[in-house]
Amino acid sequence: MNSLDLARWQFAITTVYHFLFVPITIGMGFLVAGLQTAWYRTGKLQYLRATKFFGKLFLINFAIGVVTGIVQEFQFGMNWSSYSRFVGDIFGAPLAMEGLLAFFMESTFLGLWIFGWDRLSKKLHLATIWIAATGTLLSAYFILAANSWMQHPVAYTYNSAKNRAELTNIVEVLTQKTALATFFHTIPSAAFTAGAFIAGISAFLIIKGKDLQMARGTFKLGAITMVISFILVGISGDLTARIMTTQQPMKMAAAEALYDTKANAPFSLLTLGTLDGSKSVFQIGLPSVLSFMSTGDFNGVVEGVNDLEAKYDKQYGAGNYTPNIPLAYWSFRLMMGFGFLGVFFALLALWQMRKGSTPKGKWFYPAMVSLPFIPLLANSFGWIFTETARQPWAVFGLIKTADGVSAVVSAGAVLFTMIVFTLLYGFLAFIEVGLTLRVIKMGPAEEVDYADPKLGGSEDKQLVMAY
Amino acid sequence: MSFQTVWFLLIAVLWVGYFILEGFDFGVGMLVRAVSKNEADRRAVLTTLGPVWDGNEVWLLVAGGATFAAFPEWYATLFSGFYLPLFLILVSLIVRGVAFEYRSKYGKAQWRQRWDIAILVSSAIPALLWGVAFANIVRGVPIEKAASGSLEYTGGFFNLLNPYALLGGVVTLTVFLTHGAVFLSLKTAGEIRERAQAIAKKSGLVAAVAAVGFLAWTNLMLPEINARVLTLSIIVALLWVAGIAANLIGREGWAFIFSAGTIAVFVSTLFYALYPRVMPSSLGSQFDLTITNASSTDYTLKVMTVVAVILTPVVLIYQGWTYWVFRKRVSATQITNPDHGALDAVSHILHK
Repeated sequence: MNSLDLARWQFAITTVYHFLFVPITIGMGFLVAGLQTAWYRTGKLQYLRATKFFGKLFLINFAIGVVTGIVQEFQFGMNWSSYSRFVGDIFGAPLAMEGLLAFFMESTFLGLWIFGWDRLSKKLHLATIWIAATGTLLSAYFILAANSWMQHPVAYTYNSAKNRAELTNIVEVLTQKTALATFFHTIPSAAFTAGAFIAGISAFLIIKGKDLQMARGTFKLGAITMVISFILVGISGDLTARIMTTQQPMKMAAAEALYDTKANAPFSLLTLGTLDGSKSVFQIGLPSVLSFMSTGDFNGVVEGVNDLEAKYDKQYGAGNYTPNIPLAYWSFRLMMGFGFLGVFFALLALWQMRKGSTPKGKWFYPAMVSLPFIPLLANSFGWIFTETARQPWAVFGLIKTADGVSAVVSAGAVLFTMIVFTLLYGFLAFIEVGLTLRVIKMGPAEEVDYADPKLGGSEDKQLVMAY
Repeated sequence: MSFQTVWFLLIAVLWVGYFILEGFDFGVGMLVRAVSKNEADRRAVLTTLGPVWDGNEVWLLVAGGATFAAFPEWYATLFSGFYLPLFLILVSLIVRGVAFEYRSKYGKAQWRQRWDIAILVSSAIPALLWGVAFANIVRGVPIEKAASGSLEYTGGFFNLLNPYALLGGVVTLTVFLTHGAVFLSLKTAGEIRERAQAIAKKSGLVAAVAAVGFLAWTNLMLPEINARVLTLSIIVALLWVAGIAANLIGREGWAFIFSAGTIAVFVSTLFYALYPRVMPSSLGSQFDLTITNASSTDYTLKVMTVVAVILTPVVLIYQGWTYWVFRKRVSATQITNPDHGALDAVSHILHK
């Protein structure tokens, strides 16, 4: 493998790993804030127990999200310095804004939330978790705007003397419909992920007979969050697919393994292609559904891979403009499949538990234990799809991934850092899961009462929260 | 003033903020074991950082992001050129953050001991390497025009380990260690405070020797003696001496202000010596990266200036407020059940 392949692998490993934690963090931030609000409003202690219990799980998860996020910000310069030179004028701005607006907000207010239980008034303390959660949302927005510019570059001119893209309108970069659609696809996915996390863990507590009063409530919260967000993910997914078809028709064709341009194109349920990926040999599909998905019209014409390849050869010069089709095809289906599986489990469990009973079926335990992992798979396949099916481009139509890699970094250096990151990340995952299981096994602590800081006040009082 | 100069200044400010804030985090991290006799001490020491370390580290992320946005060529050449040192810093910051968050969650002494060692090492490595990196930037490193037309670092890893740069590393290591000790003496009570003061007295002197040597070398290295760089260097030395003196007479607040001031003026001196270059080449000034040839367009810089002017004061206000909320000293007597992890015992212990 050369340094390009290794740098791509490193990006894939570190980014997929980072994004296991990101959606849990975004979604859990809001759900924990909601639980704390419920406690603030009603004074019911089961909400306080839920806030602390899921808050703890949220923090264990957040820690890994934060530390792996630093790598994300640095590796553009380290492994992809030619890319950075080419896009910095545009791509750097949302990254810097993300830091200044979102990262400061998340980290500072989360610190206040963790350590502020006995230092801030109840109301102010509640505000800190809402502000921290809002920070995660803003962070997602800026980084998705930056990614959307890679999918669909807008508001730029090409400066040939400097060989770079230059920004002409920041508002357009931040508000183009690709960015908005992606945001409205990613955020409900994060809610879906956190909902599954909470529902799965609550179901486990119910099975073990721990704190049923709390767990039944949080199960419902998690499962209903999943159902609602699933609908939103579907709506925005449909929108995203249509935008993608006009902006990156090759990606849609690859997702469907549609080799030749067609009207009334079917949505493929199973396609087996030749190994070189130039044509399909066997297909089962839903007639005209792909045409509808991509164009909003059952008779719409969807361009095929072979025709697009010929078109791009003319437009961008001879080359290979076809992404890895089996990867695109399967990752697209696995993304949707895991989403459906998750919501199916949530609905089934909600239905069977509707009158305060616990499902007796053998399916229940394995389904609930796997529930938190299902959205993680859906999210990962979604990103693997959208990033690999844009290849060979780093920024669609502007710069190829192959031209973005650092010229001065040797393959050996990339290999070395990749191995260390992979081992370190594996080790962290091991500890993270271990601690999470510990918290779950202990179950929620009995919160007898809450002490208002105004009542305490001596210098030497015991710290409610200390490292 | 051109937008490029504005952004050069802003990036200098971000690094100043980063080194003042995470500087004491690194120092405290290195001292966790040295100032503690038992588990309650160690947890009190770490609790001084608990609410703030993550926010402090964001200064680095913003400095990185701002460099990417304002000077993409600088960001690209620096990060790909200083590849392995940056990688070591990244690994350290990852381990360190996780260690802070996870060490006290679990009750086994061995588990915590291992994380404590991780905190020590992962605080020392970046404290040393940031100095090495900045000293190399000021000294100039081999940068050449590549076939693609961009200015690329061509020096390799061992080129960065020259005596001047290593001395720079010793300066940041010892200054951050002292800064952390001063911070601890300001933020803790009881024996921890006394031990931290005692350490600051010794390490302050070591840092003084290293820093004076480094600053003298820096002044001599310039093509001609620059009166302003020299003045700034003298101010750095005076501030540090004032900090040592304040620590000696037990004025911890002043000691901290002086050590923070030393770091601020020290970093400013380095940036001043650089200006208008951002990464000088040792192979000839035609290969220097400067605020002009490394920068983004005026439009991007203008947009970013508006954003920075609006947001920076807000950030400073709420981050400052955090320090105000957690202004009280932490003492070992406040740590309940030090030998239980947060995940072992009931975690809701409330004060009466």
